[in-house]
Amino acid sequence: MAIEWYLVLSALLFSIGFAGVLVRRNPVVVLLCLELMLSGGALALLSFSRLHGDGDGQVFVLMVLVVAASEVVVGLGLVVAMFRRRIALDVDEMKELRG
Amino acid sequence: MNAASWGWLVLLFPLLGSLLIGSTFRILPARTAGLIGIGAIVAAFACGIAAVISLQGEPAESRHVADSLWQYASVGGFQIDLGIYVDPLSLFMVLVVTGVSSTIHIYSYSYMESDEGYHRFFSYLNFFVFSMLLLVLAGNFVLLIVGWAFVGFASYALISFWYRRDTATKAGMKAFVINVVGDIGLVLAAILIFRELGVVDYQAVFEKAPEVFTTSNEWTAVAICLLLLVGAFAKSAQMPFHTWLADAMEGPTPVSSLIHAATMVTAGVYLIGRAHPLFELAPAASDVAAIGGLVTLLVAGTIAIAVTDLKRIIAYSTMSQIGYMFVGVGIGAYSAGFFHLMTHAFFKALLFMAAGSVIAAMANMQNIDRMKGFYKAMPFTAAMLIIGALALSAFPFTSGWFSKDEILDFAALRGGWYEIFVIGGYIGAFMTAIYSFRIIFRILPGPPCEEAAQLIETGHVVHGEPVNPKSGKPEDTEVGYPGAEHHIAEQARGMKIGMSILGFLALFGGLVQVPGVTEVIAHFLEPTFEDSALAGMHPTTAESWAGLAKGGVISVAGIAFAWLLYIKRPDIPGMLRRRFHPIYTLCVNLWYGDQVIDFLILRPVKALGSFANRVFEPFVINGLTGGTISVVRSAGGAVRDLQTGMLRGYALLMLTGIVAIALYFLIRSA
Repeated sequence: MAIEWYLVLSALLFSIGFAGVLVRRNPVVVLLCLELMLSGGALALLSFSRLHGDGDGQVFVLMVLVVAASEVVVGLGLVVAMFRRRIALDVDEMKELRG
Repeated sequence: MNAASWGWLVLLFPLLGSLLIGSTFRILPARTAGLIGIGAIVAAFACGIAAVISLQGEPAESRHVADSLWQYASVGGFQIDLGIYVDPLSLFMVLVVTGVSSTIHIYSYSYMESDEGYHRFFSYLNFFVFSMLLLVLAGNFVLLIVGWAFVGFASYALISFWYRRDTATKAGMKAFVINVVGDIGLVLAAILIFRELGVVDYQAVFEKAPEVFTTSNEWTAVAICLLLLVGAFAKSAQMPFHTWLADAMEGPTPVSSLIHAATMVTAGVYLIGRAHPLFELAPAASDVAAIGGLVTLLVAGTIAIAVTDLKRIIAYSTMSQIGYMFVGVGIGAYSAGFFHLMTHAFFKALLFMAAGSVIAAMANMQNIDRMKGFYKAMPFTAAMLIIGALALSAFPFTSGWFSKDEILDFAALRGGWYEIFVIGGYIGAFMTAIYSFRIIFRILPGPPCEEAAQLIETGHVVHGEPVNPKSGKPEDTEVGYPGAEHHIAEQARGMKIGMSILGFLALFGGLVQVPGVTEVIAHFLEPTFEDSALAGMHPTTAESWAGLAKGGVISVAGIAFAWLLYIKRPDIPGMLRRRFHPIYTLCVNLWYGDQVIDFLILRPVKALGSFANRVFEPFVINGLTGGTISVVRSAGGAVRDLQTGMLRGYALLMLTGIVAIALYFLIRSA
């Protein structure tokens, strides 16, 4: 099967994820969409690894998975903390960095 | 041990004493602090004598040792050692400084007894002696400047010793500022010396100077010497830098005695003596020194006759006597000038001590118009005052007689226009006799004043509430100022011992150098000054004695005139005062020295300051800083709206950026 299909799927996943990050305001969903973006990237890496016939890309994907898992731990921890403090679960409400 | 090692020890003891007293004042009993202070100075004096003995063991031509502890700085061919230079001149100064300091420390041990700042006083006093010794022992111009600045600080600290007394703190600042002007002159001179000669060590400078300063660039040497003179004049309170010395009398009397009469103010004379090889290459500068001395000795004499503050009279007489020394070293009579420095240290320190005793009996009143009849009340102090006044007015066979006339004899020997120093010197001597016996005749005889009467009747000194005569404010005795307990020489043993030693020296100290009989000082200093062009010039014994006879006659005439004015016909001074009112006003206002400085320097500087305040600061400085601030602020305001804090906004921007970069590279590669 030609590599284009895989890359199109990967780009699709990435774009859907990014659109989610842009339009959704619930931090849990934003995290979900981030995972989607990471999967898109991972799929592209795997496809190229298969194309070149070596394992480098697969090692990379394992790394990405580890990072993604850690990121989810931190992100969900934040969400839980916000929930406990009765802070509205809305990323637009958190703009203390406004200049 | 060689002379240099003894020289280091001379420096060590006062420094240790000062640090020890200063750092342990909380636990040290006051008397112990005083004893440590005295001990340190006496030890330094003993080391000074040991250095003299070891130096006299050498042949005359090698009687100088330079020694260095370590290198102070070494940058690009510029090398300064932390070194001392021991030769007869520096040892002579060491002995005078430590010797007179010892007696004054003993005197202070009693005099300051009721003062809360006892430890502080002795720590400062020891530090002063250390600085002064550093000044005279320094082996190069840089270390000389260090010592020079240290004594300036010590003088400031001791004038302002009673720091809750605002007149004292002001006087201290004034002394310090005027001395800093002198310091600048000295520093510039050192820089110029280094630029011209490339060295700062005394020996190297004096060796190289005659080769470098030939007739073609004689004026560089003159410039150097004039800058040195600025330092010397400021430190020695010569015209036109004289105004600080009288105000310095705000400090405790032992300070006036030690710093402002016997030692520090003679540093200028030492400087000229030390740098005499340079001054001989620049005769114009030497003449300036001598003329400055002459003017000062005459002006200060007239002021001393007019003012009524006991300590200020003695202060102006100090200026006048230092004028003689400047004349001496200016015309090349080096050993005579230093001989006068020594005898002056003896009798002037003595006069100040006796005056301190009288002032204590008057509960710190210093106006001689109020004093009368102290002869009966304080016989010992009276005797010391008389000895001091006799020596000051150069009465025959006292120490001042031998030393002052030696300078004038030398001036007569040089002849030509140098005769003006002889004439001026004798006029000054006549005035000296008048003002010194004005003190005696005003204070001692006559019916006792209130305070003296009380002392005779009850044996106690008055316990007045101390009031600052200048500002009228009551004195604050909490942190130091003699409280109700005053100490006078009649009852305090330390004061008596200190004064007795100096009284003896003031009477007989001149006998070390009697023309034709003993010439100890001249012989001792000979190795230092033998390179002088005038070294071979000596008045013959007959000429010397003729000069001494003249001086004696003038002194006795002056005393007799003072007797006529103040005892026989006490109405004459008042009459003269009315008759010559403008002259009297001029003298009593100190020849308007303060006002001249005020007009020439203070006013322009103040005007400049207020111009800066009114025009320069609001428009230029504030314009510059305010302009910068507003530019940065408006730029910040323009970009701050971009910082929305919206997470999704940032993500979108990031995406846009990345896509833009990706597109750019895609299009470029296509």
